[in-house]
Amino acid sequence: MDVDKRIQSLRDRLTYISDIFADREDESVRLLTAKFGELLERHASRPGGATREELIRMEDLFDFSERKLDTTLTPMDRVRIVRHPQRICLKDILENVYDNYTEIGGRGEYNIDPSMLIARAVFSRRVGEKVINQMVMVIGQEKGHGESFRNGGSVKPWGNAKALHYMKVAETENIPVHTFVFTPGAYPVEDWPGAAQQIARNLYELAALRVPVISVFSEGGSGGAEAVGLADRRIMLSHGYYSVISPEGAAAIEGGLKLGVRATPELIEKCARQLCITATDNLNNGYIDRVLQEPPLGARPYHYDFFRELRRELVQATNETVSGVKPMKLFRAMAVRDSKSDDAESIFMRWTLSPTSLKRLVEARQRKYRAMSRHARMDGTGIVSRAVAAAKGSIWATHSFVRYDLLGRQKKRLDAMFEELGAEAHLVRRKLLMPLKKGVDRILPGNSMEQVRAGEEVKERLTRLSCPEDGACITGSEWAWISPRSQEDRTISCPNVRTHHCPDLWVPDLFGDFAGVCPSCGHHFPMEYRWYLENVFDYKMSKEFNQQLESVNPLGYEKFDLKLDKAKEKTGLKSACITFETAIEDVAATVAVLCAPFRGGSVGAAEGEKFIRAAERAGRKRQPFIAYVHGTAGIRIQEGVNGVIQMPRCTIAVRRYIDAGGLYLVLYDTNSYAGPVASFLGCSPYQFAVQSSNIGFAGPGVIVETTGMPVSPDYHRAYHALQRGHIHGIWDRREVKKNLHQSLLTMGGRNLYYR
Amino acid sequence: MLNIKELLDKVKASPYREIVVCAPHTGVVEFAGLKQGDKVRGPGGDYKEKPGTLLAHLTREKNRKPIMAPEKGNVEVIHTRHEGQFVEAGEPLLTIKHYLTRKEVIELILQEALYLFRAPERAKYYFVPEVDQKLKVSGKRSVKVHEGMEFLIVSRMKRETPLAYSGPEGIIYSVYFGRGDNVDEGEPLIGVCPEDQLTVIQDVVARIQSEWEEEA
Repeated sequence: MDVDKRIQSLRDRLTYISDIFADREDESVRLLTAKFGELLERHASRPGGATREELIRMEDLFDFSERKLDTTLTPMDRVRIVRHPQRICLKDILENVYDNYTEIGGRGEYNIDPSMLIARAVFSRRVGEKVINQMVMVIGQEKGHGESFRNGGSVKPWGNAKALHYMKVAETENIPVHTFVFTPGAYPVEDWPGAAQQIARNLYELAALRVPVISVFSEGGSGGAEAVGLADRRIMLSHGYYSVISPEGAAAIEGGLKLGVRATPELIEKCARQLCITATDNLNNGYIDRVLQEPPLGARPYHYDFFRELRRELVQATNETVSGVKPMKLFRAMAVRDSKSDDAESIFMRWTLSPTSLKRLVEARQRKYRAMSRHARMDGTGIVSRAVAAAKGSIWATHSFVRYDLLGRQKKRLDAMFEELGAEAHLVRRKLLMPLKKGVDRILPGNSMEQVRAGEEVKERLTRLSCPEDGACITGSEWAWISPRSQEDRTISCPNVRTHHCPDLWVPDLFGDFAGVCPSCGHHFPMEYRWYLENVFDYKMSKEFNQQLESVNPLGYEKFDLKLDKAKEKTGLKSACITFETAIEDVAATVAVLCAPFRGGSVGAAEGEKFIRAAERAGRKRQPFIAYVHGTAGIRIQEGVNGVIQMPRCTIAVRRYIDAGGLYLVLYDTNSYAGPVASFLGCSPYQFAVQSSNIGFAGPGVIVETTGMPVSPDYHRAYHALQRGHIHGIWDRREVKKNLHQSLLTMGGRNLYYR
Repeated sequence: MLNIKELLDKVKASPYREIVVCAPHTGVVEFAGLKQGDKVRGPGGDYKEKPGTLLAHLTREKNRKPIMAPEKGNVEVIHTRHEGQFVEAGEPLLTIKHYLTRKEVIELILQEALYLFRAPERAKYYFVPEVDQKLKVSGKRSVKVHEGMEFLIVSRMKRETPLAYSGPEGIIYSVYFGRGDNVDEGEPLIGVCPEDQLTVIQDVVARIQSEWEEEA
């Protein structure tokens, strides 16, 4: 029986090896197959079966070959390793790493989302004489060993919502969170609460979650990984990958493939190499803190030594995080830093933190992310201007502090007091004088008529929100900027002609007077970002900043330099993000624009940095912060993790800004998809869309590819996004300025001093 | 009485429908290079999001618009004399010969053979409870309707009024509306079959189901 078991385990190892090196001819694999075949034959023919010695020899050969093969692993092999059903999954870790655990809200497939697993787990440790139980909240994607109902670890929005819920529970209970990232990416359904918007919400909360968060990366695919991966310490398993997109996805985009056509293995292999997705790459780029070495060819459930290592690593990482912010640590902190072996277990550190330590912890986390991806962009600003900008920044901060906090707060308090007093006085006066006034009115009836009329006018002004008859559609040449497309002498058909029977439109009318809006059905034709810059944001009068931040090719992605140069030449921009300060009807505001013509408005390191700086500037100057998204295709895949890390970075910046009491307003135009929507845009409490825009987590092609379900052509329309609760309003292009002004006056937090 | 056999023969003799594709508006025609006998397909996909085969382009005021095939079929006639010419609206450009599908034939025969009771106004329609019950329990063809029988409820803006049947006496053979659907004015609601013809019609439908060969 024992022999059979061992043979079975060898057979499993062989299948594993041949699966990993599927399309590669390798001497070792062939040798192993042959030798194992011989062993099986002997085992079958001989009455006693294979002998002990033979088995030991065979196992040694397997060990040796695995070690040898491990040195030849390519990035794509690693991708195959993490996707293999034999790879360890979260359940294995819970069983073997923690001493006890209770799964919460799930039992196999009976779960709101089986691919998201939540558990209360315990480390039981013996320190001196005592046994100490330390609780943690374990949150992570569960792939299972090839169980289909878990969607391969692709979490649906409600799964992420559940994760968020339990992060908050951990926050109330003041226990650390251990997250495990085992996902190829989130499941792209657009139901409520929205794939993108839920990830954005998770990131937003994680950005200031007041408990230590440790995350372990095995398979980190883009947005799905970020939903639970924003952590104080990020440990990565040596055979895992962390990437902005799957190599297949990258190959499909690179090859410009249509739906249903598969990319060639060579192209996929090349993309995997170029995306720099391995643990070593990520460590070198500074996106993870440690790499945990796995056994040769990756950890499988029977590698018990590995689980012990992982346990040690988790305890140590939590200790380190906690000790970093504790007020009283003495030389335990030193011991924690130095411990290399199993010592981590013996150092005891209470994982519950005081409110001040938690504050420090959150600040440390935010600082850590702020410092990332410096190498992945180019800052062409000279030293002098940089120094000037820094000096100016501190002057603004001081100025704002003195003017708005020191003096302004007192003034506000006084104002509020006078307002209250005034209201009281008004009431008293009214009570006293009303009878008198009535008497007077009775004697002189002509007086009252006039008053009523004035009152009505005021009432109308107060209750009227928008009035199209006041000239929403400006006629003639009243637009400050008119699209050059209006010069063409031709007509164009509205895409809604089938349903709305719109007549053909003469282009000069459409793009000139009508601002690209079909007068018959209200369809918004895509408009250049310049139109908004000039007609809404008054770009000519505005002050642009950080112009010199430039997108580069940090990973040396093949031919990407050329593409970037072409985009820079075409648009005259250095990155897809334009940031400037402007005034909207006399309200000073900071604006960040993501413009589609520059590589689809995709977000890379330069764009992220500009966005963050804009948010910081808005915070320092106590201005509202408007993100106008002319269009975004998502995260720039050619920058690899340098791009995807902008999701947590920008979200943290936005979170800091909102927490400081500002107004963060997002306006979507044309098409906005993926990463940015799933992070720093989607987390805004005020998101609006221009009519006829499309908003979503994944485009229709990706949805069909990953879920196999075709979606209706109008799936991503703004109205559907509104219906699903993703956005909070839809605006007409011609009324954007008016609506923006209205929002500036009515929305936002305590730090807006123009009101 | 309707001669169903004759009708069927007529369909069999020419199992095609000819679709004339006309110019929807004025413009200069540019054919897409189809030849006589070429196969074209209609819009496809779950949401009809994939357009049919491109037949021609029509350019008016520098606005070049495609004309797509509305149905599957073969190109019967192409008026190539219009190539590059200015045509007026309604000018026939192509004729597509559409081979009738099984469903279409059945529908055709039923439309001819049954008495169609049409919706008098745009509203939602429900059967009265007794009829509904009977239809649910014993299936269609179990309900007999006669002139003046109140068998439907017209529901519009929460106002529900009974509707009486008018037409020849017979059995409800097919129901053309779904629960809760809005039915436009003039759309058929039910198809009524005289009792004596029921077997004949059923027979014909069964024959079409088994015999009619669908074109791939």
